[in-house]
Amino acid sequence: MGRRVDRGSSALPLRNSRRSLLRLGAVVAGGAMLGKAERAAGETSPPGEPEWSQTIGAGVVDRPYGKPSEFEKDVIRRDVPWLTASKESSVSFTPLQSLNGIITPNGLFFERFHAGRVDVDPRQHRLLIHGLVERPLVLTMDDIMRFPSVSRIHFIECPANGGMEWREAQLNSLQFTHGMIGCAEWTGVALSTLLGEVGLKKEAKWVMVEGADAARMNRSLPLAKCLDDCLIVYGQNGEALRPEQGYPLRILVPGWEGNVSVKWLRRIKVGDAPWFSREETSKYTELMPDGKARGFTWVNEAKSVITFPCPEKPVAAPGLYEIRGLAWSGHGKIKQVDVSCDGGINWQTTQLHEPILSKALTRFALPWRWDGKPALLQSRAIDETGHVQPTIAQLRQVRGTNPIYHNNSIQTWQVKPDGSVFDVQLG
Amino acid sequence: MSSSASIPAATAMSVIMLLGICLVGISANAASPGAFGYGTVATPAEIAGWDIDARGTDGLGLPPGKGDVSHGADVFIQQCATCHGTFGEGEGRYPKLEGGVGTLTADRPEPTVGSYWPFAPTLWDYINRAMPFSAPHTLSADDVYAITAYILNFNNIVPADFVANRDSLPKVKMPNRDNFTWTDPRPDTNNFACMKNCIDPKAVKIIATAEGKDLTPRTTGPLDAMKAK
Repeated sequence: MGRRVDRGSSALPLRNSRRSLLRLGAVVAGGAMLGKAERAAGETSPPGEPEWSQTIGAGVVDRPYGKPSEFEKDVIRRDVPWLTASKESSVSFTPLQSLNGIITPNGLFFERFHAGRVDVDPRQHRLLIHGLVERPLVLTMDDIMRFPSVSRIHFIECPANGGMEWREAQLNSLQFTHGMIGCAEWTGVALSTLLGEVGLKKEAKWVMVEGADAARMNRSLPLAKCLDDCLIVYGQNGEALRPEQGYPLRILVPGWEGNVSVKWLRRIKVGDAPWFSREETSKYTELMPDGKARGFTWVNEAKSVITFPCPEKPVAAPGLYEIRGLAWSGHGKIKQVDVSCDGGINWQTTQLHEPILSKALTRFALPWRWDGKPALLQSRAIDETGHVQPTIAQLRQVRGTNPIYHNNSIQTWQVKPDGSVFDVQLG
Repeated sequence: MSSSASIPAATAMSVIMLLGICLVGISANAASPGAFGYGTVATPAEIAGWDIDARGTDGLGLPPGKGDVSHGADVFIQQCATCHGTFGEGEGRYPKLEGGVGTLTADRPEPTVGSYWPFAPTLWDYINRAMPFSAPHTLSADDVYAITAYILNFNNIVPADFVANRDSLPKVKMPNRDNFTWTDPRPDTNNFACMKNCIDPKAVKIIATAEGKDLTPRTTGPLDAMKAK
C-alpha cells in the first residue's frame, strides 16, 4: 500500500510539471531531462510511463520489409551441427515452442537442402514438362501464373522429423524433436491443370519432379496423387515463395513426406514406371528389423506434440495453465486429440481450435491445473480415418530402431517439481 | 410479329454469349491439351538438354558411352576421394560407399552402395545428377560410367575388367536388390483411444531421457556451433 502511494505521488507531480513545461513551450532538452529522471526510477509498469510511450517512434518505411521485434531475436531456425557433414546438405528446425496458431512464418519455416539454398532468377527460370505427353511444354513463371490459381493451407513435414529419437530420447528440445515441420498457405496451379494442358498419353502412370538446384533433387510420384491434390506453387503465405522454400517454384504434395515436395522445380517428366532415384532407394526408405526395407512410404501418419509446456517453455509455478499443442495427419483432418498428464494411464479429450483443415496443422488446448508434482505429459492424435497415433514402444515393436524416417510416436514431456521439462521415453 | 420475335432472339443471343464465356473455362478444365495455349511447345533439343534421368530398374535414359574400373579409380581419386575416401570408406561424416554387407539386421547397420542400394543405374544417375558435391554435372558420361564401375568393383559386385555402359549396368544384380518392398504396409500399428486406467501405473517407467546428454544445441542466444559427436 505504502509503495503504491509513494509511486503515485512521485509520478503525478512529474507528469504535471512536464505538461506545464510543454504548454509553456519549454525546450525539448528540458523535457528529456525530466523524462530521464522519471525513468531512472524504473517505472514502466503502471502508474509509471515507459520510454516508448514518451518518444516518437520510427516512421513508415523505416523498414520497407518488416521484421520481428528485436526482442524476438531468439526465435530463429536452428540446426544440430553434429547431425550432418555440411550446412549445404543439412536441415534446420522451426522454433515451434515460440509460435502461435497454425501458420508458420515464412522466415521460420524449416529448411532442408541437399545442395544448398539457390537464388534463382524468376525471369530466367523455366519449367519443362515432357515424357509421355501429347504436347511437351516450356513454361515461364508468367505462363505458370496465368493458369487458374489455387490457395490451400497444408503442412510440410520432413519424414526424418523425430528421426534422432528412434533409438532413445536424445534431444531435449521441442524445436529439435519436432521442428522439421511448417504449415503455410500455398498458392499455385493444380498439377492436374498442367498435366491436362500437356495431355497425358494412355501409358502414363508415374510422374518425376526435379529441382534446379545442384542436387537436381528428383522423386517419383504416382499419377493418381498428382491428379488428386498436388499443387505447383509460387506463393507462400501471401508472398512469393522464399528461396529456402524453392523460389520461384516448387511442387507441394499434401500430406506426404516433405522430400517429395521438390523445390526450385524445373522439370516434370511423365513415365510409365517409377524412377527409383537415389532419394527413394538409398534414402527415404525405412530399414526394418529383419533387414528388409520399405520404399514408397509417402504418407506422414497422424501425429501430435504438446508445444506448452516443453523443454524450452517450462512451467513457472503451480497453478492454472493451458496445455497447448499441434496435431496433423497426411491422411486428412484431425478428428480428436487427447492429453494425458500421467504417462498414458488416463486421458482427456482436448478442444480443437478452428480451422481444422485437411493435411494441415491443427491446434489443440486443454486447461491444466499443475499441483507442482511430477507429471508425464503426452498428446495422442486421431485422424479422420480413425488412425490413432502410436507410442514409441508400439512403433519399435514393428519397425525396430533403425527406420530413421516416419517416427510419428507420442511424445512424452517429463515435468519435474521445479517446473523444468525434459524429453523422455516410457517403457 | 417480327418485333416481338426479335426480343427473344436478342435474349437468346446474350444467353449464347454468356454460355460462350463460360464454355471457355469449361473446355479448359476439361483437360484438352493446349486449351490454355500458354508457354511454348518444347523442342527436342530443349528436352535433350535437361532430360538427364536414368531409371533404376532398367536403365532407361542411360546415354551412350562407357567407362572401366581402372579409369574409374583415377577419376574417383581426383574427384571423389576427398569426401568418400580412396576406396569409398568415407571421410568424417561424409557417406561411406562400401562395406556394411551383413549389417542390415545389426544394431548399428551400415547401408552403403554395396549393402543397401537396390539398382546399379541409380548410381550412374545420382553421380551424374549431383556429384561431385561442389561441382555437380561437370563430369562426362564416360567418366560417370567409369566411377560407377569403380564403386561397384570396390564393393565386390563387378570384376576388375567390368566395363559400365547402358547395356551392362541394368544387368548388374545388386546384392540387396530383393530386400525392398515398394508398397506401403502401413498402418502397421493399432493403438486405440483408451481414456481411463489404460495401463498399470507400475508399468509407467522412464526408460530414456535426453536430460544430461550433451547433444542438444542451445535454443536461445546465437546459433550453437557445437562439435560433431
